[in-house]
Amino acid sequence: MVETLVMQAFNGISLSSILFLAAIGLAVTFSLMHVINMAHGEFIMVGAYTAYVVQGAFSGFGDAFGLYVPVAIVMSFVVAAALGAVVEKLIVSRLYGRVADSLLVTWGLSLVLQQLARNLFGSANVGVEVPSYLAGSFEIGGIALPYTRIWILVIALACLLGVYLFMFRTRFGRTVRAVMQNRPMAAALGVNTRRVDAITFALGSGLAGLAGCTLTWIGLVGSGLGQNYITQAFMTVVVGGAGSVFGSVFGAGFIGIGQSIFEFLTDASLGQALIFLAVILLLQFRPKGIFAVSSRSLEDE
Amino acid sequence: MRAQVGNDAKCQGCMPSRRTLLKASAAGLLGAAAMGLSGCAGSALADALSGVGADADGAARAVPDIGAGEVKVGVMHSLSGTMAMSETSVRDAELLAIEEINAAGGVLGRQIVPVVEDGASDNATFAEKAEKLLMSDHVAAVFGCWTSASRKAVLPVFERCNGLLWYPVQYEGMESSKNIFYVGAAPNQQIVPAVDYLAEQYGKRIFLLGSDYVFPRTANTVIKAQAAAKGYEIVGEEYTPMGHTDYATVINKIRAAQPDYVFNTLNGDSNVSFFKQLRDSGITADDLMTCSVSVAEEEVAGIGASYLEGHMTSWNYYETTSTPENDRFVAAYKERYGSGRVTDDPIEAGYCAVHLWAAACEKAGSFEVDDVRAAAGGVTFQAPEGLMTIDGDNQHMYKTVRIGRVNADGLIDEVWASDEPLKPDPYLTGYAWAKDLS
Repeated sequence: MVETLVMQAFNGISLSSILFLAAIGLAVTFSLMHVINMAHGEFIMVGAYTAYVVQGAFSGFGDAFGLYVPVAIVMSFVVAAALGAVVEKLIVSRLYGRVADSLLVTWGLSLVLQQLARNLFGSANVGVEVPSYLAGSFEIGGIALPYTRIWILVIALACLLGVYLFMFRTRFGRTVRAVMQNRPMAAALGVNTRRVDAITFALGSGLAGLAGCTLTWIGLVGSGLGQNYITQAFMTVVVGGAGSVFGSVFGAGFIGIGQSIFEFLTDASLGQALIFLAVILLLQFRPKGIFAVSSRSLEDE
Repeated sequence: MRAQVGNDAKCQGCMPSRRTLLKASAAGLLGAAAMGLSGCAGSALADALSGVGADADGAARAVPDIGAGEVKVGVMHSLSGTMAMSETSVRDAELLAIEEINAAGGVLGRQIVPVVEDGASDNATFAEKAEKLLMSDHVAAVFGCWTSASRKAVLPVFERCNGLLWYPVQYEGMESSKNIFYVGAAPNQQIVPAVDYLAEQYGKRIFLLGSDYVFPRTANTVIKAQAAAKGYEIVGEEYTPMGHTDYATVINKIRAAQPDYVFNTLNGDSNVSFFKQLRDSGITADDLMTCSVSVAEEEVAGIGASYLEGHMTSWNYYETTSTPENDRFVAAYKERYGSGRVTDDPIEAGYCAVHLWAAACEKAGSFEVDDVRAAAGGVTFQAPEGLMTIDGDNQHMYKTVRIGRVNADGLIDEVWASDEPLKPDPYLTGYAWAKDLS
């Protein structure tokens, strides 16, 4: 019984880390640009397919097969970020300030990317094998903690640290925060806001790609992958506070741990309904999420 | 795929009978034969006025449009959305069968022309496309659907318009429409024998895991009645929403319940998450056996063979099934669609459905739905899975049960099979314990 509870506690933390990874890119782009990127899930999918392609390239290497993981992590980030940069340049940059339009256009983009994936890789899911060091689980007493979930937790923490260092310890991060707080003033002071937007969008897309790479270890790789995570990613951002990257940590924790508890006590369908109910209640009292960012811009609200 | 079935998904185009008549009469009065209605509804008006050709309730009926050298059929599967991963291949198999029949001279001397429609994994879309195929394209038969939810959504359309649907997937039973031919397994040809076999081999403590919609819930109702009668113990029952991705909690519950085996009726993408997370939590087939009824060779490829190796499935056909017809079928399918493709039970059933329909038409000497249905009983096809016979009473097929085990290559090896094709029993009337189910 104790083992079951310990494993369940780990499951809650693990689910939180997965949600955090899926949502962090969305939080970055949303907090800066107020663009609701409906195609975020498809950037996750792009990362997953990149991991699949890299894995395929390494499959002939025998013992070196395990090395594909770090390469895939980097490539997933790079490919998704590059795609994000292109999308920002061609589409999103033309839609700033037009929330409803950008919503529709990015939704259309998500459909296009899904169909593209089906045309390139076929409509069936593809299989990704994990190297031996990721298979199996860390066992102690009667407790088994899957290595994949431990690694996803580590990667999520590394991402959190990376985003923190980038936003609060680099000059560019400071510029990003300045644009976030007051775009016209930042522009007046000589910040190239278009460039900040472009780089931040690429960064957010890259983080989505990275999430996609890690999700291949525990879930499907197919054109529907993004759709499976997008709702929870949005919910995470909304609960966390739609302007705060660090709110996402708490949003992910709230939903991940809450869902694990509810699901354990009831069942998966009811658990999901209960977590939605909890989110609705939370938003009644904190309509802007757990961490609402105070903005100095006049057009806010 | 989702649990929302039927009622809300009824087609908009197919009007209630009285309105059909009124509108058709109005069209007649105005002298405008078309008025947005299809030609067949127009003929329904004529039929209704002369008192023939319409059902007692006066509903419009689909009339196959038989050209001089051609006959149209509908091919209706999800080519986009969450079910595309499974249904696209069934479409491919059906088109292959149509090409084969056409190359051999067609049906009743006519070439088959397929009209392909995308159900888009959406039950309302399926109903709409079924309406279009029957009432605008005037197809002689439709091959389509996968999920029980989509079948239940199109069923009223086929019954109202008197169309003919050939359904290629195993399902939960408890249904027998005169407008549907069920080419997949009825529960007595897949689920019931599998539960018994696994209980015999691995033990009587069963954990039921399924997706939260009509098929798994109905199937598990059957299994629970069976367990009560046979002395098996159901130690857990869990349902997860379609598209559920995190199975850590479910696996934790399975671990705590200590079943002898898991009977898995998860559908679609959820299987990928479940099996990956099951193995990574340190549970292999040696530790805990599972038996799946919705995981075939194509799903194994999408999950990764290493995750499923050793686990069991129950179907009527595997790519490895050893018959001369299957050797030919597998070779033809791979030549047509690529050597990387696999065949599996629903793919084979889709392929057989077209051949069975063609054979029934030849026997009837007609493409008319009523004639084909009357002639269908006893029609046989030497299928890749063995001789397949249409049961005229319930329009299901005689099929051999095959329980298999996934091997390292991702194919499934047969470990047990019924001695002969079993008579389909969708309402499980042959089992005393099932008398309260239907």
